Amino acid sequence: MSVLRHAARVAWKDLRIELRSKEIVYTMAFFGALIVVVYSFAFPVKPDLVRAAVPGMLWVAIAFAGTVGLGRAFDRERENDTMRALLLAPIPRLAVFLGKAAAISLLVLLVALVCAPLLALLLDVDLFAMPAELLLLLVLGAIGFANVGSVFAATLLKVRSRDVLLPVILYPILIPLFVAGTSATEAMIAVKPDLDKLWYWIGFLGIYDAVFLVLSMWVFEALVIE
Amino acid sequence: MSNKGIPVLAALAAIGFVVTIYLVFTYAPLVEDPVLMFNQKIFYYHVAHAFMLFLATAVCGVCSLVFLKTRKPKYDDLALASAEVAAMFGAVVLATGMIWAKAAWDIWWVWEKRLTMSLLLWLVLVGYVLVRRFAGSSADRLAAGLAAFGTVGIPFIYFMVDASDHHPKAGAGGVAATLPPEMKLVFWLSVLTFLLWCVALVMSRVQSARAERELREIRERGLDAGLFT
Amino acid sequence: MGALDKVEIKKLTKRYGTERALGGVNLELAAGKMTALLGHNGAGKTTLLGIVSTLVRATDGTVTYVSSGAPVEGEHVRRQIGMLAHSSLCYAELSAVENLALTAGLYEVDGSPEAITAMLDRVGLEPKARDRAARTYSRGMLQRLALARALLTKPSLVLLDEPFTGLDRGGALALGEQLGILRDAGAIVVVVTHDLEAIAGRTDHVAILRRGQLVFEERGSYSYEQLKDVYHRFAN
Repeated sequence: MSVLRHAARVAWKDLRIELRSKEIVYTMAFFGALIVVVYSFAFPVKPDLVRAAVPGMLWVAIAFAGTVGLGRAFDRERENDTMRALLLAPIPRLAVFLGKAAAISLLVLLVALVCAPLLALLLDVDLFAMPAELLLLLVLGAIGFANVGSVFAATLLKVRSRDVLLPVILYPILIPLFVAGTSATEAMIAVKPDLDKLWYWIGFLGIYDAVFLVLSMWVFEALVIE
Repeated sequence: MSNKGIPVLAALAAIGFVVTIYLVFTYAPLVEDPVLMFNQKIFYYHVAHAFMLFLATAVCGVCSLVFLKTRKPKYDDLALASAEVAAMFGAVVLATGMIWAKAAWDIWWVWEKRLTMSLLLWLVLVGYVLVRRFAGSSADRLAAGLAAFGTVGIPFIYFMVDASDHHPKAGAGGVAATLPPEMKLVFWLSVLTFLLWCVALVMSRVQSARAERELREIRERGLDAGLFT
Repeated sequence: MGALDKVEIKKLTKRYGTERALGGVNLELAAGKMTALLGHNGAGKTTLLGIVSTLVRATDGTVTYVSSGAPVEGEHVRRQIGMLAHSSLCYAELSAVENLALTAGLYEVDGSPEAITAMLDRVGLEPKARDRAARTYSRGMLQRLALARALLTKPSLVLLDEPFTGLDRGGALALGEQLGILRDAGAIVVVVTHDLEAIAGRTDHVAILRRGQLVFEERGSYSYEQLKDVYHRFAN
């Protein structure tokens, strides 16, 4: 599978650059942490209230910090017009998309893994009652976000108002993902965890990811070619 | 699509509008709900507009996908026209929905399932219009992508709204199916009227987009020939 | 699939919305020839180069890439394209060696340290800079790296988008010389530029675009004075 091999090459390149500069990871994680802290001031910290609010806080933090990181990750490809080099390379353009999306999924997941313990710590909510399920949920969320996000961030690369248009385009499409994530988290941390509900939403997220991944793979080239 | 069709459709829609408004107030029976009563009449317009919102959005989504794959401007024109018309119908859906909510539950906004779906869909359409306006030379591709993703997302919005217990449930289920026959007749007449109106609007918007392009081309040909210098 | 012999551009039209960028351009690019694509900003040069480089889709018309008598498309075409632009197309955080290794991987050409060293020697990038992040390079060094990146894949269709911007006179002339070598080796070279001096005497084919249309096309070598003359007569 030359597509996967080249996708891995593109993703590894992104991760290596990030490992060297650590700019996106540090700023994204700090931004995510800030959102969490701001939230803990915005809402009264009462046990029952917090339990209801924490899932939303987690996913909004992921959405905001994720958008910032996504924008920056594609800004990097714009600086020396390297996106043009990637699209010119004799590899399937699908590989470019898959590589970028994979690298960004990892970054988003990392931010989620910073925000979740912080929320649990600051607001005293047992987010990690079901660690494996939570991880699965965050992985699915990160993949869905990175997948839709990469398609549009890549298409927006040459647009002057890309910074404002990115969320304008992304959030209406991603609302089901965030609601699913929030609802699943809610089911997980409820006083009596609702397993049926949890797995319904995890399944929902899985199907969402699969459908949009197929759609993205199908239209990516048509979108990035002017 | 011919120019002549538009006035015919618009005239039929106008006649249909007068007829439905007459029937709504004279023929269709009042509901036996002490709160709703007369207010229920807005239902004939609210739901008809909601149908058009979903129909026009689906047309926009399909045309956008075809445009992305073929890059034929005619599909882009049709997608743009249906998106703008859908956004307009969506605004009416939300406004009438709020009036309904105020009458039925004495509150301007309720997170009723179908109203929530309409709102989420309308957000995609507003995004579409914004992208069209502010994305420069990439606007057609980006907007087409948004429309395609948004349309594919409709089933997810449906299941999400259905399963989410985030918002208190309100509203009646399956309204159209349980109507008495007089109401049903008036309702479908109203749907037909707004369908004609919707098609007329889309067609005239397509015409204007096409006219704009032709004008540009003629001007360019003039410039090529050395005119206006 | 080997080197490209020619590129045939027929009735090429590109519209952005209702905006016309190209209006029916016909052009033939041949192996071993250097074509200079001239014109003002907004004349359609970059769009034409974009379509030839497969990164922009034409609204109408065709571009046919011919390799040993048969048309080729897609990845086979991209494999043959070498792009040199005013931006370096290299990652600022990676070193010259890493950038070239990445390119070698994507193009599946020899990316061994020896091959990379040989290429960097050829473009004259000083050895002690090769393992530093490209972010620390001067404009001239970056252009050398960009050239090395383009040459590494042994392209037979070399596209240059304002490659002389920001280079000093010596750098521009040296780059012009490298392009001459590529052309003599049988590549199709297309250069979009405002810098008439850097390409004077090197071109085999001059095409001038104005408002998306080809207004002048002539084969043959042009001196700086001649280039300036036709540019002023036709581009305005």
